[in-house]
Amino acid sequence: MESPFIPHVMFMLGPVPISYAVVVTWGIMLGLVVVAWLSCRHFSTFPEGWQAAIELLIVTIDEQIGEVIQGNSKRFLPLIGSLFIFIAIANLIDLLPGLSAPTSVLETPAALAMIAYFSVHYAGISSQGLWGYLKSYAKPSVIMLPFTLLSQITRTFSMMVRLFGNMMSGQFLISILLVFVGFLVPVPLMALHVLISLLQAYIFAILATVFIAAAMADTS
Amino acid sequence: MDLEYISIIAAALTVSAGAVGPALSEGYAVARAMEAIARQPEAAGPLARTLFVGLAMIETTAIYCLVVALLLLYANPFIK
Repeated sequence: MESPFIPHVMFMLGPVPISYAVVVTWGIMLGLVVVAWLSCRHFSTFPEGWQAAIELLIVTIDEQIGEVIQGNSKRFLPLIGSLFIFIAIANLIDLLPGLSAPTSVLETPAALAMIAYFSVHYAGISSQGLWGYLKSYAKPSVIMLPFTLLSQITRTFSMMVRLFGNMMSGQFLISILLVFVGFLVPVPLMALHVLISLLQAYIFAILATVFIAAAMADTS
Repeated sequence: MDLEYISIIAAALTVSAGAVGPALSEGYAVARAMEAIARQPEAAGPLARTLFVGLAMIETTAIYCLVVALLLLYANPFIK
């Protein structure tokens, strides 16, 4: 059985090996850009159909962000919304025959966790200034300084491992059941996989929002 | 007793031991969240959101055990 830690290289782009997960990610990006461009061509004041569905999605994400980040939530709507939509689609694409979720290899969740990590620093520095943000690491007392520094690393690591572990273990389980037990046996597990995919996308986005809100100034 | 056999047994023990604690804690957390929602149904939104964030935190230790088991099975540095 192939190890889940070995990437499946498809071709080389100069000196850089392009793996299967990267190709699927490019496909998802292309699909999202095309759908977004096609949806935004004709706007009507009284939306119906597809425009109403998309507006419902965006407004719901905006409200969820607004309840965590009190204040200017529109600033982070593109980032958190993109994270949520991309992770949800990347997890769910596992159910299509012939395709495999890019989040089930370690590199894609690592990249997404790095995006969340740097956006936390960006939010903190842009709202408190560099020195104010650095001072906030020692905020309750200076004793907490090593703990807050360590927690930055461990919570980013845990975001990556949570997404990777859930997706990879779901994929593993379904493939093992398929090979060793029977043909239609994994179907309830695939239904559970739909729930877990959306839940993990939501948890990733909400955790990124909570960390960003914690790094910004406490102006309340 | 080869290193491979010990790794397999260790991986199985790691995952089984690592699943007990988080499962009990998550059950307790969901039960208390249910009580809170039953007392204040209008606060169900923030309560559910906090519950999910807390569950994600609790789940992390179980996933750490899974990662160790996978490393033992597939990326074992002591087996060539």
